[in-house]
Amino acid sequence: MSAASMIAPGTRSSDSKNMHTISVFVADEPGVLVRVAMVFSRRGYNIESLVVSPSARSGFSRMTITCSGDTSILEQMIKQLAKLVDVIRAVDHTDDNAYETEIALIKLQCDTDERSEILQIAEHFNAKVVDYGIESVVLRVYGSSEKMDAMISLLSIFKVAELVRSGKILMARGIKST
Amino acid sequence: MDARIPTGAEKLIQCLEREGVEHIFGLSGGAAIPLFDALVDSSIKLILVRHEQGAVHMADGYARATGRPGVALVTSGPGATNTVTGLLTAHMDSVPVVVLTGQCVSDMLGKDGFQEADVTGITYPVVKHSYLVRDANGIPRITREAFHIATTGRPGPVLIDLPKDITQGPCTAPFVDEINLPGYTIPGRGEPESISAAADLLSAARRPVLCIGHGTVIADGGKAAVTLAEKLGAPVVATLLGKGAVDENHPLHLGMLGMHGTAYANRAVAECDLLMAVGSRWDDRITGKLDEFCCDAVKIHIDIDPAEFNKMIRPDISIVGDARLVLEDLIPLVEPADTDAWLRRCETWRNKYPLKYARQGGLRTQHVIDRLNALTQGQAVIATDVGQHQMWAAQFCKVSANRHWISSGGAGTMGFGLPAAIGAQFACPNKKVWAIVGDGGFQMTQAELATAAIHDLRIKCLIINNNYLGMVRQWQELFFENRLSGVDLEGNPDFVKLAQAYGIKALRIRRPADIDRILAQAHEYDDGPCVVVAEVAKEDNVFPMIPAGAPMTGMIIEKPKHRLDKPTGST
Repeated sequence: MSAASMIAPGTRSSDSKNMHTISVFVADEPGVLVRVAMVFSRRGYNIESLVVSPSARSGFSRMTITCSGDTSILEQMIKQLAKLVDVIRAVDHTDDNAYETEIALIKLQCDTDERSEILQIAEHFNAKVVDYGIESVVLRVYGSSEKMDAMISLLSIFKVAELVRSGKILMARGIKST
Repeated sequence: MDARIPTGAEKLIQCLEREGVEHIFGLSGGAAIPLFDALVDSSIKLILVRHEQGAVHMADGYARATGRPGVALVTSGPGATNTVTGLLTAHMDSVPVVVLTGQCVSDMLGKDGFQEADVTGITYPVVKHSYLVRDANGIPRITREAFHIATTGRPGPVLIDLPKDITQGPCTAPFVDEINLPGYTIPGRGEPESISAAADLLSAARRPVLCIGHGTVIADGGKAAVTLAEKLGAPVVATLLGKGAVDENHPLHLGMLGMHGTAYANRAVAECDLLMAVGSRWDDRITGKLDEFCCDAVKIHIDIDPAEFNKMIRPDISIVGDARLVLEDLIPLVEPADTDAWLRRCETWRNKYPLKYARQGGLRTQHVIDRLNALTQGQAVIATDVGQHQMWAAQFCKVSANRHWISSGGAGTMGFGLPAAIGAQFACPNKKVWAIVGDGGFQMTQAELATAAIHDLRIKCLIINNNYLGMVRQWQELFFENRLSGVDLEGNPDFVKLAQAYGIKALRIRRPADIDRILAQAHEYDDGPCVVVAEVAKEDNVFPMIPAGAPMTGMIIEKPKHRLDKPTGST
């Protein structure tokens, strides 16, 4: 495997062709997260990221799931998700015109002589330094998942002490429902 | 007026009464005591079982025989985990069952209290939906929703887990009639465009076949299916669970298809130019090798569950809807086609490859079941267990009426037959109910003989005793060089004496000459259960057989002379 195709730690592990982003609108009922997760696990699908948060409607939540696996099973999974009583709708946004974003916090353990290059990279990716310590800096960056991957790859020559990625969230553009 | 506030348990039982529940199959325990206490003052009849698995299978048999939901009530922990097999069985076969489980008090949830188990967690994959009740005032809404979900759309089991403090505490909430489930839709009529497109294809087909599945049984669509088949001149095949929706004695009916289906049903499916599945999910025991299944035929799939489309088979047309409603909409749109040549070919196959068995050389299961069929004329409710006897029963019992064939299809649950027959007999007290079981499966739930005995149920239980787990033995003989492993049921009791120990009338068939007399005697016996033990030939195989994963052309009609390769399909 060439260096260019190596996957840096903290970046998405799977072939991006098999990556899917699914938005699931659910009733806030106990167990709904488990039921949704089981649709994936039963079919050997790997959930890369999962964001659950309140929606604009009280009593309902929004799940944004990024997952990887055999594309032929995806259609079946979306239908199985839609079948769950607590799922109002499940939509695959993989090839949709949707706005996607993600946020990451990156803690770098660094000497003073490494800082300038780190800060250059940060500036290039429009990242903000949110904690500046004697031995470390914490960067906050948001944007597309591809941008996150690129930045984390560049930073991997330094000592990345901690990495927290929010997972992707997305919204359909225009009046189309997410 | 009695101003006393009801407990959660009392309210729940009142809700069940409002749902029209007449029987509950249950086994008590500490966490369920308040619920059993509330049953004392109820019009609902409690049927005390001997094992919780039996309770769920009884509720299942009750539901399959009537279409009405069956209800089981058990305690927490092991009581609840014993229902898992029953839930899987009902889930795989889309049966409306409501299982109520007692639970430890809410404060103890997750603290390993006595007989505590995460029952909703354990059962997620085998229920259509489930509830852990956190507030007694939720009981009326949850009960209404549970019955609604269990019985509508594609039916399935629903579980309600009831902590003891909830059932003991007060419930002030009123009864609920309205359903508010925004994520739950129930398909009804099919889309007119798809129906019209399907009608055109049906009218143009020259070699059509209608495949009748469990969805047709559930929707009571058999009559519509016959009308459509007659108008089109299309032969009908049934899946294991679709038996009885269309009278199997109808001249267009070719019997069951699939792994152990009739050779003529499978030939017709293999050579048809159009196959329409009506409420069937293309089980792997129907299709065999998927990429060689009816490659050249047009496929139409009617199903109430859109998740079944493109799961196994990519149909040319899929219609979401209730099987009966879709069939009724199709009938006026199709044009009668010239299928005479096709029907003649099907008849040739029927005559060339009939189901057959030797009447000499000991007692054969096929002979016993064939004669039982002659006796019952397709009018008895037949409940089977799982294994060789089940396939022979599917081949030789020509079921004439809807909901008269009860068998565990998807899950293939041994131990299902006897309790399912008991449930069916409670649901249909005026019908003759026969359980056909093997010696292996029978012993898994045989304790329910007591349940049948104390209620003087008139069920007849035919035990096909070959002292083997016969189907696995058959596979080992055919595919594993006859290296028999774990199939010899050495140590079987004398089943006649066993039944007698429960005070149950028991008869034995040893010779072919005894068959008719003994079966008739059991059939006419009305004072309580009757067990008939058929001591059949130890080694016998079910044919035809399509080895798992093989295409339909790989069908074996009789015992092969050479050794076969191990099957590539799963089971």
